[in-house]
Amino acid sequence: MSSITALNGAFHNGMIEIKDAGLIGMITLRGDLKSEVVAKALNFVLGVTVPDQRKITSTPKGSVAWMSPDELLIIIEYKDVSKVISSLNNILSGSHSLVVDVSDARAVFALTGNAIRDVLSKGTPADLSKDVLPIGEVRRSRIAQLAVAFWFTDEISCQLICFRSVGAYIMEWLKNASENGSEVNFH
Amino acid sequence: MLNLTCPNCGITADETDLHCDGQAHIARSGINANDDELENYLFMRDNPKGVHFERWRHIYGCGKWFNAARCTTTLEVFGTYSAQTFTPPKALINKIKKKRPNWEGFTK
Repeated sequence: MSSITALNGAFHNGMIEIKDAGLIGMITLRGDLKSEVVAKALNFVLGVTVPDQRKITSTPKGSVAWMSPDELLIIIEYKDVSKVISSLNNILSGSHSLVVDVSDARAVFALTGNAIRDVLSKGTPADLSKDVLPIGEVRRSRIAQLAVAFWFTDEISCQLICFRSVGAYIMEWLKNASENGSEVNFH
Repeated sequence: MLNLTCPNCGITADETDLHCDGQAHIARSGINANDDELENYLFMRDNPKGVHFERWRHIYGCGKWFNAARCTTTLEVFGTYSAQTFTPPKALINKIKKKRPNWEGFTK
């Protein structure tokens, strides 16, 4: 059986475009982010350094996001996950760390449009102004009552992830919040 | 509306992004405690009108715990600090004393 995403290709075009981002490889890495061994692991996998607090570093090979003081999210191609996990485990062996494949435990949305900040603001208490949430910074917060993380990749594009089990609900929520005629024009 | 700045991720989060877990700096009573000490540890909590120290968790954000000092009557937030401390930082206590001259000070 081949893998499918929770959203299974869902698409909606209202005030913003909401799209299933497709199969994306996601690895949670927990450990001491200040340690040399974590730096070495990231350098090996993506050729990057550990991102600063709340930042996401992107390369053509993939991205790595700072999720908490001891947690990173490595985003790579879906097919590479098991290979990357084994090399991470090799490098991190012996250190107090955890590497887990969460690719199929999350739903990922690709949002496009000028009104993304307004649409998300309808359901999250996070400050979405450009000063507080600039491009390349990850914000973990909630939409309605569900945990989400989102970050802007450019002025009009945003990636949003949530737990897989609530992916369909978040899709419906986003569709509703981005209905034409409900513009806020704040951000 | 209560906004607290999480010292673990630096986000100023709305109350609804957080979870409050009651009084901070409670000393655990161990296996040798007598009934009174255990009762005190399990059930007895301060309920001050004024300065209060609480444990909070950034539950929808970075998921980490921190401590906060705030006023229970005005909701003024004096500051937040690491949960890995036995007492509030001195600088914070001095700041509160300046703002609330009649405050009796931090007591454990």
